[in-house]
Parts: sequence; structure tokens; C-alpha cells
Amino acid sequence: MKFIPQLVNLLAAAILLLSFAMISQRRIASLINLFALQGAALVAASVLLGYAAHNPDLYVSAALTLALKVMLIPWLLYRVIRRLNVRWDVEPLINVPTMMIVGIGLVIFAFSLALPISRLSASIAGGALGIALACVLLSFMMMITRSRAVPQVIGFLSMENGLIFAATTATNGMPMIVEFGIALDVLVGILILGVFMFQIREQFDSLDIRNLEKLKED
Amino acid sequence: MSVVGVLSQLLAIAVALLLAPLLTGWVNQCRAWLQNKSAPPLLQPYRMLHKLFNKDSVLATNASPLFRASPYIVFGCMVLAGAIVPTLSTDLPLSPVADAIALVGLFALARVFISLAAMDVGTAFGTLGARREMFVGFLAEPALLMVFFSASLISKSTSLTTIVETLAHRELAIYPSLAFAGVAFTMISLAENARIPVDNPATHLELTMIHEALILEYSGRHLALMEWAASLKLFAYSCIGLALFIPWGVAQAGAPLAMLLALPALVLKLAVGGATLAFLETISAKMRIFRVPEFLATAFMLAVIGLLVSILLGV
Repeated sequence: MKFIPQLVNLLAAAILLLSFAMISQRRIASLINLFALQGAALVAASVLLGYAAHNPDLYVSAALTLALKVMLIPWLLYRVIRRLNVRWDVEPLINVPTMMIVGIGLVIFAFSLALPISRLSASIAGGALGIALACVLLSFMMMITRSRAVPQVIGFLSMENGLIFAATTATNGMPMIVEFGIALDVLVGILILGVFMFQIREQFDSLDIRNLEKLKED
Repeated sequence: MSVVGVLSQLLAIAVALLLAPLLTGWVNQCRAWLQNKSAPPLLQPYRMLHKLFNKDSVLATNASPLFRASPYIVFGCMVLAGAIVPTLSTDLPLSPVADAIALVGLFALARVFISLAAMDVGTAFGTLGARREMFVGFLAEPALLMVFFSASLISKSTSLTTIVETLAHRELAIYPSLAFAGVAFTMISLAENARIPVDNPATHLELTMIHEALILEYSGRHLALMEWAASLKLFAYSCIGLALFIPWGVAQAGAPLAMLLALPALVLKLAVGGATLAFLETISAKMRIFRVPEFLATAFMLAVIGLLVSILLGV
């Protein structure tokens, strides 16, 4: 029982670590694995917090995350990249060290922003709010810096991981109806984005979304 | 300064000098096993040192005194580093001489001299190796300092003995910051000790070597000292890692008998650590030299995040 807040903090740190790993990962297949791993860490943190706070809602939230983000969505993404034949694609990343430094800046910003808020939080894991915020910002950065469609979608999903984690740590979870709504949204979102990916591919023979700029009529 | 303190200090230096080649031999043996090669004997590094010390040293005609002095300076730095890292006991009279920051400086001093000596004779390979060595060093050093600061934040001191005493005698607690620092430290030690993702210790292929290019011009007793210093550096780094992340088993001041237990504990920890190092080297591929900044920037980032996490979570 004594170790639960420490374990949650450790899992929070692991989630942050995975966010950084995703930023610097070039291979799409490994990116999906990292995303599934981040989901798994989120599930473990939710279960631990649910047990510590005697809040059965968090178990449901954890089960939803497990079913969607650890199993269904990675499987769907794998199917998509196999069908699109980009499984072994290596995305050129420019200047990983600079991105790391910018990432550190984002983490400092998120931490200083969250410090006053987490003092007000009654949850045992209030301190992890800053980490959750940092994950959201890092996922934003990933979406900005990536040029291919699949990594951008993974960045979006990872941002959603960060948001759920923020809600879990700050207030012991959102109301159940909101949780279900978000889960459904994410599922529908990923399906629509999947269709988009096929469309982009058909139009340009590539998943590089910089091609979309050519849609303008000169 | 007590008699026991002086004795434990002398013992620490002797253990460092004797165990360092053994650790190198053990890592080489493990790596050979993992790669399905027939392994060299465990005592091979000692035999090599013996052979080299008995050979004449050949010097280039245009070698300056710096070239001749460097092996002794580098070796001296590494012996001092081995002396101030708590291996068996935290009762070390030499430890106030240098704290963690000065220890990083000590490694830097050795690096500067080995690089100057490599450039001294004026061969192309020496210069190439020196430039690469400084390139790796200037990226690894800040990251190493950050790792030390993460541990210092917990123990409120930069003295290595105080850090070990605090960490070994705290209540069992999980520190996320130490987890980050541990990963960062592993990456830094791979780079600093010329291990596989950054440098390959077993090759003389001119395009990839760093450490071997530095000591290419040395022979005889100079080469022996350089090789011994490299083993001592690996030993010092392993012991720093053990001291920061698995500090249990190190004897305290005023408990000299605990050192009887500390020696087997140290040997066991080093054996496991050496096998892990060999495993890490086997599963990873040597990277291009231009990927090294990425690797070390990641280590620096991890160490800084560890520092920040420990401030945020207050542990």
C-alpha cells in the first residue's frame, strides 16, 4: 500500500520516457509498439490508482484503455501499414538532438505550469499531473515535426493517452459517460483517419502529407 | 584520519588495480561466449600486461616529453578515480579530495592528455582518434554531471561517499529520477569506455576506431599503462554505477569487518554488471559516428528529465 504512490510516479516517468522514445523513433512498426507500451503503462497506473482510491470507475477506464489502446488500435494500425505496404518504412528525421532539447524545454514549461495546480490536488498522484501535461505537449510536437500520415495519427493517439492520464492523476478519473464518449470518439477517429490514409495514398502514391499542399490551384 | 581509514583506502586502491584487468577479461570472455566464439582465458589481460611490461618501448623520433609523460598522467588519474569511488567501504580518507564534479574533471584531464599525446607524433590516425575522442567526450560530460546531480538531489551532497551512505541506508523507496539517471548512465558509460554502439574495442579498422587510434603509437610499458588505465576506467565507471544505483553491501565508516562481506558482494555485482555489458554490446550494432550526438543527446535528455522529475515529484 505504501508503495502505490511511488509505483504510480514510476509509471508516470515511464510514460514520459515512452513519449520521448516515440519522438526519436524512425521506424513505423516500432512506433506502434511504443504506443501500445505507453497504453499498457497507462492501464497499470489506472488500476493502481483505482485500487488506492477505492474507485471502481477507474477499473472500467483501465479496461477500456486496455481493449482499445493496447489491443484493438495497434492491431488496426498494423493492418493499415501492412495494407499500405509501409511496414518497413523509415521516416527521415532531421536533427534529433535539437528535438530533444526542445522537448526538455516543453517538459520544464509543463512542470512549472503544473506545480501550483498539483499542490491543490487531493489525489495521491497529484504530482504526476505535470508529467501528463508534458506528454500532451510532446505529442503535439511529434504531430508538428512528422511528415508522414501514420506517425501523425500515432502522435494524436498518444496525446489522448496524456489527456486521460492527466484526468486520472488530477481528479481520479473523469465521469464514466465522458470516458465512454472519448473512447468511442477515438475509435471512430482512427477509422476515419484510416480511410484518409488510403485516400492520401491513392492520390499521391505516398503518405507524405506535405503533398497535400499541392492541392491548391495555382 | 584513522589507521582503519588508511588501511581501507589502501585496500580500495589495491582492489581497483587488481580487479580492473579481471573485469576486462570477464567482459571479453562473456562477449565471446555470447557471440559463439571460443573465449580467451579470464586472465588474458594480466598476461598481456606482463608481456608488455617486459618489452622495450619504442618511441617515434619526433615524440615530445608530453608523449612520454602522458601514460603516467592518464594512469595516475584513473588510479585516483578508482580510489575515490567507494567500492568496499565509505571510510575513505581520500574522498574529500574530489567530489563527483571533480571526478568528472579527473576523467576530462585524462582525456585531454591522451588526446594531446595522440596528436603529438603527428600521424593521421592519432589526430583522427583525438578529434573523435574529444567529440564524444564533450557530449558525454554534461550528461554525466547531470546523472551525478540527480543522485546529489536525493542525498543533498556531491560527495560520492555521502551519496552512497545516504542511498544505502534510506528506507526502501522507488525513485523515478534514479531510473532515468540509470538508463542515462548506462548510455554514457558505453560511450566513455569505447564500447560497441559508439566504438568497437576489438577492431583496428581505421574508419571506425576511436580508442585504438589514440594509443596506436604506444608500445611496451607505455602501452601497458594505457591498457591498464582503460581497464581502470571501465572499473571506475562500473563502480560508480554500482555505487549510485545498487549501493547495498558497501561497508560503513567504523565497521571494518563489514568489508569482509563487501568484497564478495562487489565481485558478484561486477560479474553481473560485466555480463550485462557484454550482453548490451552483443545485441547492439556499432553506429555511424554522426549518430553519436543523437545517442548522447538522448542520454543528456534522460538525465535532465530525471533531475526535473525529482524536483516535480519531490522525492
